[in-house]
Amino acid sequence: MATFGSLSLLIALALAVYNLFFGAVALRLMATGQASRVAPDRLASSARRAGIAGFLAISCAAFALVWAAFTNNFSIAYILAHSNRALPVAYKFAALWSGQEGSLLLWGWLLAAFSFVLRLRHKTDVRLYAYAGTIMAGIQVFFLAVLNFAVRPFALYLGPPVDDGNGLNPLLQYPEMVIHPPMLYLGYVGFAVPFAFALAALMMRYPGEKWIKITRTWTLVTWLFLTCGIFLGMHWAYAVLGWGGYWGWDPVENASFMPWLTGTAFLHSVMMQEKKGMMKSWNMWLIFSTFMLTLLGTLLTRAGLVSSVHAFAQSSIGTWFTVFMILVAAVFLFVYILNRSHLKGEHTVDSLVSRESSFLFNNLILLTACFVVLWGTLFPILSEFVQGSKVTVGAPFYNRVAVPIGLFLLFLMGVCPLLPWRATSIKSIKRNFIVPTAAFWVAVIVAVLSGLSVYSAGKFDVGGLYAVLAIGAAAAAFTAVASEYVRGAGVIARQAKKNLAAAGWMLIRRNTRRYGGFMVHTGVALVFIGLAGSAFTKTAEQELALHGTMTIGPYRIECAGFTQDSNDNYQSEYAQLNVWKGSQMQFQMFPEKRVYLVSQQPQTMVAIHSTIGWDLYVVYEGTNPDTGQPIIKAILNPLVSWIWGGLGVMVLGTLIALTPSLKPNAARAAAPATEGANR
Amino acid sequence: MSGFLRSSWFSSSFKVLQAAVLAVVVCFSMGATDASARFVDLGHRLMCTCGCSQLLGECNHVGCPESGRERKELSDAIAAGQSDQQILDWFAAKYGATVLAAPSGKGFNVVAWVAPFAVFAAALVGTILLVRRWSGTKLIKAQAAAATEAAIADPAERERLERIRRETGADGGF
Repeated sequence: MATFGSLSLLIALALAVYNLFFGAVALRLMATGQASRVAPDRLASSARRAGIAGFLAISCAAFALVWAAFTNNFSIAYILAHSNRALPVAYKFAALWSGQEGSLLLWGWLLAAFSFVLRLRHKTDVRLYAYAGTIMAGIQVFFLAVLNFAVRPFALYLGPPVDDGNGLNPLLQYPEMVIHPPMLYLGYVGFAVPFAFALAALMMRYPGEKWIKITRTWTLVTWLFLTCGIFLGMHWAYAVLGWGGYWGWDPVENASFMPWLTGTAFLHSVMMQEKKGMMKSWNMWLIFSTFMLTLLGTLLTRAGLVSSVHAFAQSSIGTWFTVFMILVAAVFLFVYILNRSHLKGEHTVDSLVSRESSFLFNNLILLTACFVVLWGTLFPILSEFVQGSKVTVGAPFYNRVAVPIGLFLLFLMGVCPLLPWRATSIKSIKRNFIVPTAAFWVAVIVAVLSGLSVYSAGKFDVGGLYAVLAIGAAAAAFTAVASEYVRGAGVIARQAKKNLAAAGWMLIRRNTRRYGGFMVHTGVALVFIGLAGSAFTKTAEQELALHGTMTIGPYRIECAGFTQDSNDNYQSEYAQLNVWKGSQMQFQMFPEKRVYLVSQQPQTMVAIHSTIGWDLYVVYEGTNPDTGQPIIKAILNPLVSWIWGGLGVMVLGTLIALTPSLKPNAARAAAPATEGANR
Repeated sequence: MSGFLRSSWFSSSFKVLQAAVLAVVVCFSMGATDASARFVDLGHRLMCTCGCSQLLGECNHVGCPESGRERKELSDAIAAGQSDQQILDWFAAKYGATVLAAPSGKGFNVVAWVAPFAVFAAALVGTILLVRRWSGTKLIKAQAAAATEAAIADPAERERLERIRRETGADGGF
């Protein structure tokens, strides 16, 4: 199987090189009109087919690695290091991305899959797709070269025969780890597609903005995957790492967040290009930056330049990535300088208070946030270079610097949809902003009356202030979106004589992009409310004797027993806790500590009880060696479920935005005489 | 735009906002400290030194060889009446600068704190100047006005704009 896998990777590389070289030659011949023995379009077609065949080849390699994991083929060093016989089947599948070699193979496979779809859809615009496909082939050549020569997934284990593998890292033995990495990688890899199209459009001086329309779906889908990947990672950290939080500003987390920020900025600013012909150069740089940040993230975390709490796979591929990034930057710069005259836009803005300006400020905030994250991630390296010693840039830095920026972004998110294109009037501002402003103050007052305080143990807590402001701003943003929606639905309801729900549905169908976007904003507002809750976390830790109790918030936790269990994969100790509220028992929880047999690594398994108001989060910290009694840590985390709910709304909104709107004729037929609905 | 900024409505709203923010900050700035609050606060300004990359106040990984001792050192220092800065300096001297969860405000580390705000301020000013440049020239305004007039005068263009408005939503789409 190792030979089959290695050969498949080699063939995939050869096909990618063929695709790149002959694709480039064909495009050059087409551009210059030079005569050749083979017609350029036939050459381009064969290059495209090589790309399709390359996908099949790398699929064989991915299959070979998974098969080796399923069949316990420990002659392959990677399988020996990341799997064992007792590993559950789902995690054997996850072994594909649990180490450096496997995760890069997954990356390469996903890239090939994206390219495969792109090549199948070439008839949309044959030339543009030929350019984009050739650029994708260039990226594939890099990843396949790394897989063939730097981090070989099918390298053989040369030591004495072994009966069992080293097993999977216990931190990765969690259901979400089966879907989190592929989601994240889909997000990372997917940004290669809009980048390839952007570069292709620039290379061929593509007229108009059609390439943006073509790549809109790619970009949105990629953004959706990256968003889901990030949130799944947050949930994994929350449920597995056992410290009670979900975001630690770890370099790996930052690496995924940075392209998300620039990708989000790109999604917004391309609207300016589509609708107003503005920001053409800016958009090129944005998508270039996004793609580079996906590579930089890999370089930072996989090459071991910065330490991370969950960088599971590190090696010396830094040089490869550095060289590739320089190459990509050089190609982009060359093409940009050569064709920048093609990107001249129609830069006219009528007013500082307008939709156009709000998009600019939105980009400003998102990119500043990206800079802050990048700066914080790289500062330890810079400090070592300048001062000779590393410093830590952790949560306190980001909380002070990034949180105010986040609040500003939330404010803009509420304001932007209310501003019209071109310019506005004071009357319009008053009319549009009065309800969201009222909502802001009502939410702040309700939050304070509900017990959210800006004092922590008698001390002023700036985090608490930020949290209360975030709740207010989120309420304002939500109200702004809702008022726009209700106003439009109300007009349709009156004129089409439909009820409000049907009218609201019609409104969404008529402009899925606008209202899908609004829904995403609503989801983000919910996420902010959830994040704000973290400022009011309560913690209690206690050694519990049998039937001993501890109290946290409204709950009394009683130890009803503690016991041990084991299976082929791990031994565990766990406590059985009865949770009371007043005189009534509400539910039971079973926090656990496991020791995995092969690796002998311990791992906590947190017990979480979620409600809409808070999560009760209980950790079994082990037993006191003197008394033999369990030590229980309980954390009351307010509003955490709002974060996961917010993600659901964001996903739904994105799916709506991806759905085509009703065509004007169909819309008119479905809802006659609704001209005023969108006024 | 400048008319809007000079308007009495904007001016009075801005003053009300200023007063509200000031009141909130002053009210919220009054408070006391105690030992447990300081322990929590300082525990979140220091790192666990075992290599787990977690804050001292949050490190709970099973069998951590460092966090227990560090926590005891922290609570002892608080009990001894040392100031926050003295405690942070003591930890930095013992464990190295990486024990501090954020760069100190001294020497080159100041750059870490200043750069984000400097970049933000520069970008903000740049964006405002850019918008003013794009909107400021009389020529552009005149051209835009003329173009709008011409567009409105042309029935086909008027119909096109109306269609775009209908199809894209309230103000021309999101």
